[in-house]
Amino acid sequence: MEDRPLEYDYSVTRLFLIFAIFLGITGMLVGVLLAWQMAYPGVNTFLGEGLAEYTNFSRLRPLHTNAIIYGFVLSSVWASWYYVGQRVLKVSMAESKTLMILGKVHFWLYFGAAFVIVVSLLAGVTTSKEYSEFEWPLDLGITVIWLLWGCGIAGLIAIRREKTLYISIWYYIATFLAVAMLHLFNNLEIPTYFASGGVGAWYHSVSMYAGTNDALVQWWFGHNAVAFVLTTPIIAMIYYFLPKESGQAIYSYKLSLLSFWGLMFVYLWAGGHHLLYSTVPDWVQTMGSVFSVILILPSWGSAINMLLTMKGEWQQVAASPLIKFMILGSTFYMFSTLEGPIQAIKSVNAIAHFTDWIVGHVHDGALGWVGFMVIAAIYHMAPRLFKREIYSKSLMATQFWIQTLGIVLYFTSMWIAGITQGMMWRAHDQFGNLAYSFIDTVTVLHPYYTIRAVGGTLYLIGFIMFAYNIYKTTTARPVEESELQNASPMGA
Amino acid sequence: MFHWLEKNPFAFAVVVIVTIAFAGLVEIVPHFAQQARPVIGTTPYTTLELAGRHVYIKNSCNACHSQLIRPFKSETDRYGHYSLSGEYAYDRPFLWGSKRTGPDLMRVGNYRTTDWHENHMKDPASVVPGSIMPAYTWMFTNEADIDTAYAEQVTVADFFGVPYNEPIPMKDGSTKIIKMGSDVAEARAMALAEAKLIAQDMKDQDVKDAVANGKIPEIVAIIAYMNGLH
Repeated sequence: MEDRPLEYDYSVTRLFLIFAIFLGITGMLVGVLLAWQMAYPGVNTFLGEGLAEYTNFSRLRPLHTNAIIYGFVLSSVWASWYYVGQRVLKVSMAESKTLMILGKVHFWLYFGAAFVIVVSLLAGVTTSKEYSEFEWPLDLGITVIWLLWGCGIAGLIAIRREKTLYISIWYYIATFLAVAMLHLFNNLEIPTYFASGGVGAWYHSVSMYAGTNDALVQWWFGHNAVAFVLTTPIIAMIYYFLPKESGQAIYSYKLSLLSFWGLMFVYLWAGGHHLLYSTVPDWVQTMGSVFSVILILPSWGSAINMLLTMKGEWQQVAASPLIKFMILGSTFYMFSTLEGPIQAIKSVNAIAHFTDWIVGHVHDGALGWVGFMVIAAIYHMAPRLFKREIYSKSLMATQFWIQTLGIVLYFTSMWIAGITQGMMWRAHDQFGNLAYSFIDTVTVLHPYYTIRAVGGTLYLIGFIMFAYNIYKTTTARPVEESELQNASPMGA
Repeated sequence: MFHWLEKNPFAFAVVVIVTIAFAGLVEIVPHFAQQARPVIGTTPYTTLELAGRHVYIKNSCNACHSQLIRPFKSETDRYGHYSLSGEYAYDRPFLWGSKRTGPDLMRVGNYRTTDWHENHMKDPASVVPGSIMPAYTWMFTNEADIDTAYAEQVTVADFFGVPYNEPIPMKDGSTKIIKMGSDVAEARAMALAEAKLIAQDMKDQDVKDAVANGKIPEIVAIIAYMNGLH
């Protein structure tokens, strides 16, 4: 037993991985639809007037954000956890029956919840809080799903052979703890049906916080849901998959220490940058701005650590499309974590807030960093999960360039749209009157909305190529049974 | 120390949670009581307005419209006085939004009328040429959920002391009472009475007929809500 490498159990990983691809296509498809609706409002009724209630922008928008963040990304994160966790802790899930059951229940509850969420959002059952739209019954369900994952983490750590926790594990633990805390506090609400003695809709609730307090808690949550769903678990992934795929050791342990603890301490303060010039106390706004700028340090610490891991091995970036995804992903992480702090500076925020520049920022992070890293992780895992080489390297390379072009079109058009609109809103003529009516600042954006829709469509096309490539991988010819080291094998 | 933490998962988790919880404790907790006080003249929502607010939320109007006027000349010129914290004292949840695909609505009741909203929700581009807002025709047929609005009123009055049926000081020194029904039947009757006033100013015959028959379409409720935004 001790002589040969451990056999790991990937049954739960496979479930999450396949569901992640399905949710990715769903979420991106809805996103593309929204983009076309903003360019051409007629698309709002593309299934006819009768179904307009369920196909118009405002019902679909929460579906898009939730399908991507808590669908595509979380499912990928969990696929990676059930893969990476076993490998760096040097223990197989199959060694514990309880862990196997926990993992499977975790998946199937999540799978069921996903469908309930789609139906409830389309029906307009929402609390309106961004990225926290679910009503109380779903909040409770999500808490259970989250705790199941937590038990899985604790259980696997408890029976581990490798005593020292690898960097990836730090980030998974932080993700679990932070999201648990944020979810609990942001969703404190009173079900009105029970509080009023059985009147009205049973699923309706009212927030424990009012007005400015509600806003403060919501953006403390909102900003950090981004941090701890779209950043920390993705860093966990790259700390494992980049060294594995490239065969290079992580450049600096000290840099990873600094980045991790820096990120933990600084990130939570920065939520205030969503509330600049609002009615929250000035000092909270200033703290939000200042800590957002400080946040560059730990963010760039991780990204630079990744780029320097490739030191002396840069030919791999040219040779492997898989490495390309990870390196461009890290670069987009640097780019996005510089852009964010710039937007958090009060005077810049005065122009940028409420505009499409913010939407652009979210997407160069989500498409460039999160999307690319997840795609790379799945490409790395697939040959090991299915014991087959990647179906097509050239398809992967084509996908990479199509998606990169899509991202560039997306963020450049949204920069221009956002700054144009921000400047037009505040423009005064020589007599001190507003220079533009609001609608002028909408119609001017039409070309940029169209370019963005094209960019999004390209990204979706690339993602469908990815799904096809993975599908064919599961059916193409088997490779040898031996454990794969370093670079993933790829067919032409 | 770090090496030790990395071998002791429980201690590691404790240190992480302390590190991340710190910011929330310092930034959020101290200001809670102070900010929740209403400014003079702020009143809680009537049953119909609250039902309209639920329609606003149901259709994610906040995805494209803010309710937060920042203290800049360009914003006060366009939307009116900048927002004050106390004006949101009865907003659960807050509806500031994060994107202005359409204009701010914090004080839309000051400059738009019932018939403007009616035409606009039916066909936005006919009122504002070039508008990219979709039509909300289903609001003319779906019924507003008055019962849930009433349940929410009862809840916030019980748990948070929202002053229904109590005199509330206004800016001119007078007082105003926002009534809440003593049971569901009374709440429905009060909402219908308010809906009739709105329907008077509307043109859509189906909506008028529905209100005359004791039904309240969503459009009536959301107009009541928007007319009340000052």
